[in-house]
Amino acid sequence: MLGGATLVAAADLALDPTPAGAEIPTVPQVPELYDLNDMLTDAARPTANLITVTINEDGTASFELPRMEVGQGITTSTAMLIAEELDLPVEKVAVTLAPARPELLFNQLTGGSNTTISTYTPIRVAAAVARAALLEAAAIVLGDTIGGLVAKGGVITAPSGASVTYGELAVRAAGSAGSRSVEVELKAESDFAVVGTPTNRVDALAAVTGAKDFTTDLDVPDALPTMVCRAPTLNGTPVSVRNQAQVEAMPGVTHVAQVSTGVAVRAATFGQCIDAVRALDVAWKDGPVAGESDETILRKVRAAQLPMPALPSTPLTQTVSGDFTFWFRSNSAMDTNSAIADVRPDRATIWSGLKSPIVAQQQIALRLGMRPDQVKVNVVTAGGSFGRRLFFDAALEAAEISQAMGAPVRLMWHRADDARVGRGHPLGTCRVQATVLGDNVLAFNQSLTCVETDFRHGLGEIITAAAADLPAGVGNLGFAETIFALTQEVPYDFGAVVQTLVETDDRFNTGSMRNIYSPDVRVASELVVDRLAAKMRMDPYQFRRKFQRNPRLLKVLDTVAQAGEWGRSMPAGTAQGIAIHKEYKGVSACLVEIDTRPATTGRRIRDAVTGPRVTRVTFAIDVGLAINPRGLEAQMQGGINDGIALALTSSLHLRDGHFLEASWDNYFYTRQWNTPPDVRVIVVPSEETVPGGAGEAGVAASFAAVACAYARATGTMPTEFPINHRQLSFEPKPFVPPVPQSPTNGLDLTS
Amino acid sequence: MPEQTFIVNGERVTVDVEDDVRLLWVLRDLLGITGPKYGCGINVCKACTSHINGKAFNPCAVPVGRIGPDDEVTTIEGLPGQVDPGQRGDHDLHPMQEAWLDRDVAQCGYCQPGQIMAAVALVKRVKAEGRTVSEADLDAIRNICRCGTYTRIREAIRDGASRM
Repeated sequence: MLGGATLVAAADLALDPTPAGAEIPTVPQVPELYDLNDMLTDAARPTANLITVTINEDGTASFELPRMEVGQGITTSTAMLIAEELDLPVEKVAVTLAPARPELLFNQLTGGSNTTISTYTPIRVAAAVARAALLEAAAIVLGDTIGGLVAKGGVITAPSGASVTYGELAVRAAGSAGSRSVEVELKAESDFAVVGTPTNRVDALAAVTGAKDFTTDLDVPDALPTMVCRAPTLNGTPVSVRNQAQVEAMPGVTHVAQVSTGVAVRAATFGQCIDAVRALDVAWKDGPVAGESDETILRKVRAAQLPMPALPSTPLTQTVSGDFTFWFRSNSAMDTNSAIADVRPDRATIWSGLKSPIVAQQQIALRLGMRPDQVKVNVVTAGGSFGRRLFFDAALEAAEISQAMGAPVRLMWHRADDARVGRGHPLGTCRVQATVLGDNVLAFNQSLTCVETDFRHGLGEIITAAAADLPAGVGNLGFAETIFALTQEVPYDFGAVVQTLVETDDRFNTGSMRNIYSPDVRVASELVVDRLAAKMRMDPYQFRRKFQRNPRLLKVLDTVAQAGEWGRSMPAGTAQGIAIHKEYKGVSACLVEIDTRPATTGRRIRDAVTGPRVTRVTFAIDVGLAINPRGLEAQMQGGINDGIALALTSSLHLRDGHFLEASWDNYFYTRQWNTPPDVRVIVVPSEETVPGGAGEAGVAASFAAVACAYARATGTMPTEFPINHRQLSFEPKPFVPPVPQSPTNGLDLTS
Repeated sequence: MPEQTFIVNGERVTVDVEDDVRLLWVLRDLLGITGPKYGCGINVCKACTSHINGKAFNPCAVPVGRIGPDDEVTTIEGLPGQVDPGQRGDHDLHPMQEAWLDRDVAQCGYCQPGQIMAAVALVKRVKAEGRTVSEADLDAIRNICRCGTYTRIREAIRDGASRM
């Protein structure tokens, strides 16, 4: 606790959250003993107490969250936790995003759906410390003992009826506090009045009025619009600009500068940046994948596949297998890569949506030739992430451009660049082999082989720090192998289970995409599970009931089967599919209905992919303690739409060294004509008393259920995802110039 | 440099800028009206959806020189002003915005101003046709939401329509 103008109460983590993994199954896989969330939480633990809740003189509380809000709802859930412990209304708690704080070490990374898991206790402690200080000060003011006081709604009342507000106490509590250790008791879960209550987002009003600021909306003086002209092959580099003076003379243009990633232009408006980018005549050096295509990369991945482990083979055993291809996918968000950079000779200030701001600060300093403490990195709420903002590509680029131009810049990637050059989910294959003997599965082997997933954003440091404590020797594996080992499991009793990962080819711009490896791995698993059920002549739901090995999973599985009317009669060409998933300390199940009849797949909508339609989704999740059930439901709804896109419509096509997609009418994320008209998300009451992760938890089971439903509706198990990848459904836009011109016919298209 | 004059959110403005600069940039970069978002610049994603003379349009696809001095542009910031104070809800907002709040539609929020502006125009259109919003109407909405808030958008449009 620290004295000051107002009360600042810091979390003191004398009480440690209960270690995970107390119960050990008989044949546990690594994530059942120690998963990625345990590792991230352990890595954050040494600095978890370096957070403060401030009580202001107006009676509000404020808190700088060392995580990033990208739409997943953590500012709301954090405000709820603080409101709960302080007995304040949620709207009196202001949660903002902390700038890069290097002293937090491994405790400022937003990833792995781990925010609530790792901050649940520290934030409550910080708030409880503040509450204790307020009560102590109130006891003096009101002339009573702390035990007799009641705190409610930001007012502390004595038995006499005399009362004093938090605002009136803020300065007094700070004055009496000094810096000392205190012990606090957290509110019991049974007394929760805010936590667990469906609550609307704290930023909703700003969002629906246009007042919510994203990076490019920020009012930073003289930070003029800036865009980059990029090479016609992926990661190609500029050699020279042939018409710099001509472009510099264009309307609105203030600067043209060659930088490492392309040629940057700065102008009065982004429209004039687009004009300038299109006018630039640049000599390029080809990028590292020049000439490559989907097929050549797939061949390389196939060549890197390791032999599958030998399966037990007797005259009575049978083998069930599957071999699947997952094409490149984009994690581009609505809010394209963007950053504001104001680089001066002796210091720099950056504003950007950053999930790993400490590493960003260090790397930007390196690029600029400065010390990290000369670079101030502000974290801005972003319009989506889906893994994209674990990296800081735009922030690094903006810093380089601002330094080269000697002027502040407001860098925004064009949509075409964000889709083509921005990071994505790597292409991969997944092979599954299972051995069946009678009514049992003796062995289940699964091998994922893919283009490298880039984790060079600071997870490396976390792993280094946490590696010594990792069980099963995974500390010696590489970053990717560690992530894979800490997240993947087969949630069934299938005898000897082996899951392996091989990564190859580091030339692409990749990274974690919402739920990383799990969507592809679980789709491959669940499709083969349906095959196993067929082999044993069992219903897919009953098969999963029999072989699952987790009572929480059984409950969500039964929940969707019942609520979603599993097994109901459906017309030919339509079918149900069911799948389960376990990750982020939670379990989920999804039941979908799909329509693959010609009248549906033949729907014609301009510049769109229609195809099969998922018509109904029933999704159940046991996330542990659900801090905000309304936010959790929203995350599952989003995950469902992601799963549908991954199964049916969305992929990147690599042709002649570049990705073709340059528009939302090229990269077919789920649209209104694809989304299910009937979606029901059930938050299952949990026996668990601590929260799990939500942001990524909806994707895997949804993707798998859609794939299984499609297989059952068509009678053919799909082996490539998305299923429409081989049919190019759009006319690719040119690569030179790299961005399309804006149309001029908008007034002819009013509606 | 040419002078561009038009009405935005009830106020007449004059801006010095070339005729061919798209209205989206005039609003965002020169006038500081940032509710309309950039998501593609080619009239595909619809994140910049606003109204001109009461109809939905996309300012990324309109050169500012085509806008006349009496054309009325309404962005999300001006939407509450399009209804009488008595029609506004608890937050003094347009009924569609109120429905959006009650349904807690937004996740990241980036596309939501455009979604709301598109929804209001849709409801006005179907009402003029003497009917209610159908599944087909909802299926035809092109505004993309990468967070996948479609389920709540559909609920909120129906809710908002009943309040309009």
